[in-house]
Amino acid sequence: MTTISPSARFRKSSPFSQKASNVAKSLIPIVICLTVALGIWQLLCLAPDSKMPGPLRVIAQTWTLILDPFYDNGGTDKGLGLQILISLQRVAFGYSLAAIAGISIGAFIGLNSFMRRGLDPIIQVLRTVPPLAWLPIALGIFQSSDPATIFVIFITAIWPILINTAVGVQQIPQDYNNVAKVLRLSGKEYFFSILMPSTVPYVFGGLRIGIGLAWLAIVAAEMLKAEGGIGFKIWDAYNAGNENSMSEIVICVLYVGLVGLALDRLVGWIGSRISSDH
Amino acid sequence: MQILSTPDSQSQLVETPSFLEIDGVSKIYSTPKGDNVVLDDISLTVNEGEFVCVIGHSGCGKSTLLDMVSGFREPTSGEVRLQGKRVTRPGPDRMVVFQNYSLLPWKTAYENVYLAVNSVYPEKSKAEKTEIVRTHLTMVGLDEAANKKPGQLSGGMKQRVSIARALAIYPQVLVLDEPFGALDAITKEELQEELLNIWRQHKVTVLMITHDIDEALFLADRIVMMTNGPAAKIGEIMKVPFDRPRNRTQLIEDPQYYTLRNQALDFLYGRFALTEGE
Ligand SMILES: Nc1ncnc2c1ncn2[C@@H]1O[C@H](COP(=O)(O)OP(=O)(O)OP(=O)(O)O)[C@@H](O)[C@H]1O
Ligand SMILES: [Mg+2]
Repeated sequence: MTTISPSARFRKSSPFSQKASNVAKSLIPIVICLTVALGIWQLLCLAPDSKMPGPLRVIAQTWTLILDPFYDNGGTDKGLGLQILISLQRVAFGYSLAAIAGISIGAFIGLNSFMRRGLDPIIQVLRTVPPLAWLPIALGIFQSSDPATIFVIFITAIWPILINTAVGVQQIPQDYNNVAKVLRLSGKEYFFSILMPSTVPYVFGGLRIGIGLAWLAIVAAEMLKAEGGIGFKIWDAYNAGNENSMSEIVICVLYVGLVGLALDRLVGWIGSRISSDH
Repeated sequence: MQILSTPDSQSQLVETPSFLEIDGVSKIYSTPKGDNVVLDDISLTVNEGEFVCVIGHSGCGKSTLLDMVSGFREPTSGEVRLQGKRVTRPGPDRMVVFQNYSLLPWKTAYENVYLAVNSVYPEKSKAEKTEIVRTHLTMVGLDEAANKKPGQLSGGMKQRVSIARALAIYPQVLVLDEPFGALDAITKEELQEELLNIWRQHKVTVLMITHDIDEALFLADRIVMMTNGPAAKIGEIMKVPFDRPRNRTQLIEDPQYYTLRNQALDFLYGRFALTEGE
């Protein structure tokens, strides 16, 4: 069902020069603003006793880390790329579980008004619990930091996915349900031909919010309790307390932001590809 | 002289077992402001293979009446029987062509029709089902657009797909609720002719709502004219005696055409007021 929408095809066939000028048009403001922001940052940190390094010093002090993201000296002494991969692995695991459980439960309560009314208050309470409040509970249950952090990801990401799926299922247009009724579609056919495609845009809305929350939660959880991971690395650099610490933290935080953006765009892109023909 | 007044002449027909029977059907909607009697004790028998058009002013209950034949609504009293069997819910033996087409936007024209065929004839082989879908898309002149999604089709083409989908499952009764209301005059005439051709080939029984007297005279064997609501009844049933296949230009040269047309107009805009005042 993943097909290229007509509009996407038209976009591809548009003249190259026009495309290039469009790219330039959207890049120029970004480049200008970024330069100005970096300039202000550099100026603010010019004082010799500044605790916060300016951008130039950050790069100078972390140049080896940037150049060699995949070194592995054993234990938790790893390159930033590897640390990010560790975090991503945890997110992938917890987030996948959240997606599977969230979509299934969401579809179920979307179709079943009794369960919806019964579970709504529980969901409304649980979804407002901050991610880190789950960590002690998870540690208590699993007695180990790895499954505990994965659980935190799961429990953080599941709510928007679940709620959006339930809403999406309820929004299925009456017209399509009428078609299903008159054709007496089987449960399986109804699921794959009507329920899933008409709910996909809602589900991906939830998945997109979920991945953002998952990434927020993993960094925080790793700072508190984890072996490896980019959150761990930030805390580790802080605890090391040497002259490079601040620069390392800054570069890690920057990476966290970039990866978070990439994840958000990735889920958004997959969603737009799948639901492009709506 | 072709007009039969409903209650008496219909009760004579009921004696012989009929194909489709609407038997003493009333519909009352309970609203906060009290009961709203929409249809009051309507009886109508339709023969197999007959083409019946229903005409009446907006809001008189035409859709409600046909929805009780297709099974989307239940009569408050009375019942609808198809071949002696009481209608209780929608089913593919009484297929509907919805006014807003109700095609699934994520499926191509071909896939929309295939979904219907596949769900009604699961025992047929894939080759057979494919053949049925192709034949019906050809019938409505949509060979070329078979792989387009509804978003890429014009209103007329969408309604063609909808008609192809309805007929591809070989229903006993075809229910159309103002199928051509949203189309331009030329497309409308084309589709009327296609519908007549298919109707002849399939020998299907048709119940169709329209606001257009010329459309009804061109298509129908009988025109059911409903009185104004609330508590609408069948005011008159007009037999349309023209030979088939009908030719539009010949038809409008026939003096009888104008006699019938004037009678229908008179009912809707003249005597109709009398019926209301009773
Ligand atoms: N679910 C409902 N609850 C209450 N009243 C309803 C409901 N559905 C329809 N009605 C009322 O029943 C009457 C008949 O409606 P219906 O849609 O059958 O009319 P119609 O003849 O098809 O009109 P139109 O030509 O505009 O389509 C209207 O007055 C409408 O307000
Ligand atoms: Mg109507």
